[in-house]
Amino acid sequence: MTQAKAKGKLALYWAASCGGCEIAVLGIDAKILDVAEAFNIVFWPCATDGKVRDVEQLPDGGIDLCLFNGGIRTSEQEYMAQLLRRKSRLLVAFGSCAQEGCIPGLANLSNRQEVFDTVYRAAGPTFAENPAEVRPQQHTEVPEGTLHLPMFYDTLRTLDQTVEVDYCLPGCPPEAENIWAAIVAILEGKLPPRGAVLGLNTTVCDECPRKRNEKKIKKFYRTWQVIPDAETCLLEQGLLCCGIATRAGCKALCPQVNSPCIGCHGANDAVQDYGARLMSALASVIDSEDPQEIGQIIAEGIPDPVGSFYRFSLAKSLLRRSKREPTQRNGA
Amino acid sequence: MPMTTENFEPKIIAFMCNWCSYRAADLAGTARIKYAPNVRIIRVMCSGRIDPTFVLAALAQGADGVMLTGCHPGECHYVNQNYKALRRYAMLQHTLQQLGLEPERLRLIWASAAEGQQLAEAVDRLVEDIRRLGPLRWPANWQEDGQRLKALAAIEKEHAEASEVPR
Repeated sequence: MTQAKAKGKLALYWAASCGGCEIAVLGIDAKILDVAEAFNIVFWPCATDGKVRDVEQLPDGGIDLCLFNGGIRTSEQEYMAQLLRRKSRLLVAFGSCAQEGCIPGLANLSNRQEVFDTVYRAAGPTFAENPAEVRPQQHTEVPEGTLHLPMFYDTLRTLDQTVEVDYCLPGCPPEAENIWAAIVAILEGKLPPRGAVLGLNTTVCDECPRKRNEKKIKKFYRTWQVIPDAETCLLEQGLLCCGIATRAGCKALCPQVNSPCIGCHGANDAVQDYGARLMSALASVIDSEDPQEIGQIIAEGIPDPVGSFYRFSLAKSLLRRSKREPTQRNGA
Repeated sequence: MPMTTENFEPKIIAFMCNWCSYRAADLAGTARIKYAPNVRIIRVMCSGRIDPTFVLAALAQGADGVMLTGCHPGECHYVNQNYKALRRYAMLQHTLQQLGLEPERLRLIWASAAEGQQLAEAVDRLVEDIRRLGPLRWPANWQEDGQRLKALAAIEKEHAEASEVPR
């Protein structure tokens, strides 16, 4: 047998995320054994025991690969992003949250005060345990000393808005075969230039088997309003299929089961703002030249434009968040 | 009535189509029509070329307002691409409203090549409307450097404290 290669060091971390990316890694099934052969997992809070202190004491660049999922919305998450960047040779933004904010990024339509008020007020989800409406405090004195909680930011940031990122694996979560392909590429050293997204560079339409004719949309339908025909392009049938603006790589799983694409793979290379491209494309296929009618088609068919156009990418968009009042924007 | 004591000069980016509206701006110039200098003009071949990305980039980089101009409906040099501009404008307003942006900050104006005077007046009206609304300073929406940097710096210290063996 060949001599055992030194095992690389692997870390996985989760910031503001749902945990799905952690599970997605296990979606590679038996290949997880190959991963275990090639790597020592030095830090994976979700699945293994480990201490941040141990990571802090590693030499810089001591971790060969860090798969970082989740957006950055607390000082702890930002600290960990900076720490893992220092300690990792390769830092990969794993999944939509790290790449573009994903669903947690939709909190950028709000702010810390509103979020806390909703969760911790008397009628909120924590009512039974929090009748006095206590809010989380960063520092609390107890007889044993001071307890610290991280600061909760008003605005969620993506990983690459926080530290330099080497590669990005898109998806919510990334598909198992794309995860495996990325790991193989990393192990074999066959990677594109740093900063690249590890994925295809066409749109979901490319992978979608539905028949496309000319798109002339007079009305947008919500998914519960129609049962689409299985053969024709969903957008043509008036459903808001985001496949036209979304990076390929998922084999158009959702359109193949009559569900319009919602855009979890994010934008393609050279796109600065996902929602802008989607808006632009939809505007091209709306079949009306009358301002009144256009306004109606849009208002009725797309009641939640930020949710439809920026469901995954709000934090990464050019405007990043909703407007805050001047009194709130004091650099705090 | 000015809302601030400082003299706020709005910075407005205008995307003007080469054929009608840019020529209208040109006419305003050659006819020596005086109008507010707050608008920076970027010429595109057709209003249908205007990508919502341009508008969002302008706002994200500090513009207080954005103006889109093109040929009148039915008179587009490329037949009917100005209708795309109309629909993109509608999509943008619908979205920007949800993000809290005042609709007066984004304006679509049709102007023919002979309408230099009208374009100048439209610019003046837009500048005054935005002067009343005040500066936008969109990047300030996501800045939270003050307490955030303090909280970050505190974490190292907190970790060191947590690692100390209690007496």
